[in-house]
Amino acid sequence: MKLPIYLDYQATTPVDPRVLTAMLPWFTEKFGNPASRSHPYGWEAEQAVETAREQVAALIGADPREIVFTSGATESDNLAITGVARFNRARGDHIITLVTEHKAVLDTCRHLEADEGFRVTYLPVEPSGLVDLQRLAAAITDQTILVSIMAVNNEVGVIQPLAEIGALCRARKVYFHCDAAQGVGKIPLDVDKMNIDLLSISAHKIYGPKGIGALYVRRRPRVRLKALIHGGGHERGMRSGTLSTPLIVGLGAACAFSQQEMPAESRRLLALRQRLYEGITARLTHVGVNGDLEQRVPGNLNLSFGYVEGESLMMAIKDVAVSSGSACTSASLEPSYVLRAMGVGEEMAHTSIRFGLGRQTTDEEVKFVIDKVVTAVEKLRDMSPLWDMVQEGIDPSTVQWSGH
Amino acid sequence: MSYNDKVLDHYENPRNVGVLDKNDDRVGTGMVGAPACGDVMRLQIRVNDQGVIDDAKFKTFGCGSAIASSSLVTEWIKGKTLDEALAIKNTQVAEELALPPVKIHCSVLAEDAIKSAIQDYRRKQQAKE
Ligand SMILES: Cc1ncc(COP(=O)(O)O)c(C=O)c1O
Repeated sequence: MKLPIYLDYQATTPVDPRVLTAMLPWFTEKFGNPASRSHPYGWEAEQAVETAREQVAALIGADPREIVFTSGATESDNLAITGVARFNRARGDHIITLVTEHKAVLDTCRHLEADEGFRVTYLPVEPSGLVDLQRLAAAITDQTILVSIMAVNNEVGVIQPLAEIGALCRARKVYFHCDAAQGVGKIPLDVDKMNIDLLSISAHKIYGPKGIGALYVRRRPRVRLKALIHGGGHERGMRSGTLSTPLIVGLGAACAFSQQEMPAESRRLLALRQRLYEGITARLTHVGVNGDLEQRVPGNLNLSFGYVEGESLMMAIKDVAVSSGSACTSASLEPSYVLRAMGVGEEMAHTSIRFGLGRQTTDEEVKFVIDKVVTAVEKLRDMSPLWDMVQEGIDPSTVQWSGH
Repeated sequence: MSYNDKVLDHYENPRNVGVLDKNDDRVGTGMVGAPACGDVMRLQIRVNDQGVIDDAKFKTFGCGSAIASSSLVTEWIKGKTLDEALAIKNTQVAEELALPPVKIHCSVLAEDAIKSAIQDYRRKQQAKE
């Protein structure tokens, strides 16, 4: 067993060796520019790019001509939101999103508000982490041009009701952008059935390389947007810049493997997650799940360990690579805004750990992690004055704290 | 965030974890911080007839630096008079553990915990008189 055990698959994933093999020739002997029309170097590169475009499109039920390659989901989110907002300014100036979106969406919205006079509604979420559809319907006005709601949350793994959101947006004639960086290849997605108009994809979340992604842009009815990167007019004018054939081939291969293996891999991960959850909660009390446990991707488990601070827990389980919602792990000194938005108290947000399971996670690793976590939490609770209070029958949340 | 060896040592082998009888009038208890801020320290001292701290215990809910800071100050205050213990400054703790700027608040909390425990002890003594 290789230590530390990697359980941070929502942060990134290793490149699948099969994906790497597919990519390699495109760095060296097949190095042509896919835009070169005058010789076979260009032709073969273009062919490889178009094959990858088909593989990406197939995974989400799109037409290859609807796929625009970008540098990743961050760029896709920027292009979708800013691009659509700018193009449709005459139609309206209002955008709706969720408070629990990724920073790539939230920060883009902030810039549109601050610099370009758009109005943005940041909808709250339910304690489950899910959007309230009635609230969403009520927030749409005749000035609304775009709704941007993610497929799967990166911290708590909850899956938003995309088909319902899509139907609502279509009925109200509002574009629906979906940041699906954490959903693509993990859950079945169909842009037509779900009425998704724009969808962001990232390769490094699905065992592809970092620095490549895609934006799906619907052709019928056509979604138009203003490009952010200008130049040679690549990607039908939506994203200029020489295409990186190896990275694109990697994204395509990653999509193809994810699609083939999704049903079996989902079942496998779900069983492992179940084992992890049950193994921990059988031996520890005061453990809470953050986010809906049912409407969730199989590879995510986000737990709060009462009366144990998240960062010290991560130190205690340093043989396990995970991430925490604790303030101490981020530069901001604020606990996770996602957990806070779900109504998780600050004290519980500080105690949260995200376990991200993936393709290389084994049963043996899960057993090891359960033991490590249980031992560490017991040790830290023995050191915790809050745990002492709980043992004495005092609920620390009812105490008047001075703070600092 | 990676830690230096001193923090890791105190974190992995914390000194003086435990509880003193808070009803003993030779014992002073200080509890500082708040769960919502991510750290709570409880520091207890026991003072002998000569006015010297002869035992100290702590329990801390907090990050590794908070645990290390409290562990370190329990070592430092043992054998000190109350006035000597009150002279310990957070900057000394931060320096000893080489805390980065974002962790300075942990050393501040440790200093506050000493003050709070001594205050509690003195209050008890005054109440006796
Ligand atoms: C939900 C979500 N959106 C966007 C991103 C950004 O993706 P990328 O790293 O490809 O820019 C991530 C990953 O960090 C993510 O989880």
